[in-house]
Amino acid sequence: MQRLTAESVTLGYDQRVIARDLTVEIPDNSFTVIVGPNACGKSTLLRALSRMLKPSEGRVLLDGAAIHSMPAKKVARTLGLLPQSSIAPDGITVADLVARGRYPHQALLRQWSREDERIVEESMASTGIGELADRYVDELSGGQRQRVWIAMALAQQTPLLLLDEPTTFLDIQYQIDVLDLCADLHETQGRTLVAVLHDLNHAARYATHLIAMREGEIHAEGPPAEVVTAELVERVFGLRCQVIDDPETGTPLVVPAARGARHTVPVWPST
Amino acid sequence: MNVQNGVRTRPARSAKCPAGGATRPARHAVRAIRTPGGLSLRVDVRSGLVVLLLAVAVCAMSVILIGQGDFAMPPGDVVATLVGNGTVAQEFIVQDLRLPRILVGLLVGAALGVGGAVFQSISRNPLGSPDVIGFGQGATVGALSVIVLFHGGSAAVAGGAVVGGLLTGAGIYLLAWKRGVHGYRLVLIGIGVAAMLTAVNHYLITKASLVDATRAVLWMTGSLDGRDWAQVRPLLAVCAVLIPLALVYGRPLRMLEMGDDAAYALGVRVERTRIVLMAAAVLLVSVATAAAGPITFVALGAPQLARRLTGSPGPNLGPAAAMGALLLLVADWTATSAFGDRQLPAGVVTGVLGGCYLLWLLVTERKAGRI
Repeated sequence: MQRLTAESVTLGYDQRVIARDLTVEIPDNSFTVIVGPNACGKSTLLRALSRMLKPSEGRVLLDGAAIHSMPAKKVARTLGLLPQSSIAPDGITVADLVARGRYPHQALLRQWSREDERIVEESMASTGIGELADRYVDELSGGQRQRVWIAMALAQQTPLLLLDEPTTFLDIQYQIDVLDLCADLHETQGRTLVAVLHDLNHAARYATHLIAMREGEIHAEGPPAEVVTAELVERVFGLRCQVIDDPETGTPLVVPAARGARHTVPVWPST
Repeated sequence: MNVQNGVRTRPARSAKCPAGGATRPARHAVRAIRTPGGLSLRVDVRSGLVVLLLAVAVCAMSVILIGQGDFAMPPGDVVATLVGNGTVAQEFIVQDLRLPRILVGLLVGAALGVGGAVFQSISRNPLGSPDVIGFGQGATVGALSVIVLFHGGSAAVAGGAVVGGLLTGAGIYLLAWKRGVHGYRLVLIGIGVAAMLTAVNHYLITKASLVDATRAVLWMTGSLDGRDWAQVRPLLAVCAVLIPLALVYGRPLRMLEMGDDAAYALGVRVERTRIVLMAAAVLLVSVATAAAGPITFVALGAPQLARRLTGSPGPNLGPAAAMGALLLLVADWTATSAFGDRQLPAGVVTGVLGGCYLLWLLVTERKAGRI
């Protein structure tokens, strides 16, 4: 049994069901990436796994216990999440923001232990923002800012870390930068990472385990080399393409078919 | 307790910052107070200093205010009387006549400061203050209803104000609720509700007899005149419970300022934190309004002024409380002594200040592109 699983969950907002009877296991110590077209339910699944969305049926299990009935802080010591949009409070410095990651380990009378201090320093060092500690978050570049948020999630010291589209809105060099950082965390610190990514090629290059979703269902999962095929990309994304070996890494690389050779059937979500 | 100097989260690293980085100097130190038993407090030095200075200013202002009046007393005598070394006459004047008024001002100011800071933090908007988003108006409807419709005494009027404020709080919460309460919706709905309640208040005054209408208008100005121990006791009880409660919840509230998702991820019980804090803030503002009438500006301005002094992110609840107390005492001092023999209610002074502040806020927020 893996540490984080969803057992036949039905997910949705208000009356709208986004995914029905979904069962997912996140392999321990994997870098799992969830991909799929817009509105396929990938972010919704991530929200359910991180207990922000309560399934209307089924349950999410963390270490064998139903995540929604566990104390919030206890969950937050095991499972971290980097949300898609977070607001840096006005006038906060990098070190102060990263320090907030220690919240689930603190209490009213245990607000700032030596360990907290050490872990915050380490988190900043391992994300390469140690030099920025005194800077204000609002004066950093987009890429630096994302590193700060990741450092905050690291300071939470959770064996599991969920990232909701960590590369969206970043320039390409920062996207790669953030993904390299994630791969480092996965490899050197042995954390289990689950990320939602838009770019299939990034997913194929960095993931150790890939989950492909469409319209609330999982169409394929497994190592990218097995999952990413031309047939699957057409089935899930409705895009004709070739899949070749990435000249840099040997992982699958999706090359969309040329305009003339492609009858475009974009898969819009059925509403 | 063992105060460890030099335990800073941020050693001076700015010198090593990459070339070209426009660094501002390190803001200010955060110190840790730690005991051998494993307890630790994270203390923002500048915020602590600000609270201390504001508290000193509040005490000084209180002594000045107690000393002034028909029977003037030098500050030394006031302090001596307060610690129990005054003459019988001085005891009577200080303990029975002037101290309760000052305490009401101090507590009302602190309650409004905390209430304002909580709402501005929850709505993430400096305009999201109780006197802008309808709670003050709601409390006024309650009080005026008692005056005009039931001709009740002052205790009943105070009760009406509390009930009015609480009902308005519940109403705005329900109207603004959509999978949680969010900033802009709270402010917009609150402003709408405030406008409607203001209309109700005007209607009540037109319906009132001349005597009731006079009483209603006096109450609506907000004043510390004639306040005695009967107002101090309930106010003190409510503040003694709710201000510490709000301060405890100030830690999760700080996390909420990063967005609900980020707060969830850190293990904050988001909606519970918000409900507890909003209930505490509404109650504080309602009780303050019941004791002194609708005092404007303090809830709006105190948190912002406090924030500018501390330079610290977050709701700054403690500094806001101290700033609120100081503002109201200064307003009262201005109202009673700056215009010679003509004494004004404190609410008039805070109203004038509030108008100027609101204009300034609108201009700066507009320049910053936030409205």
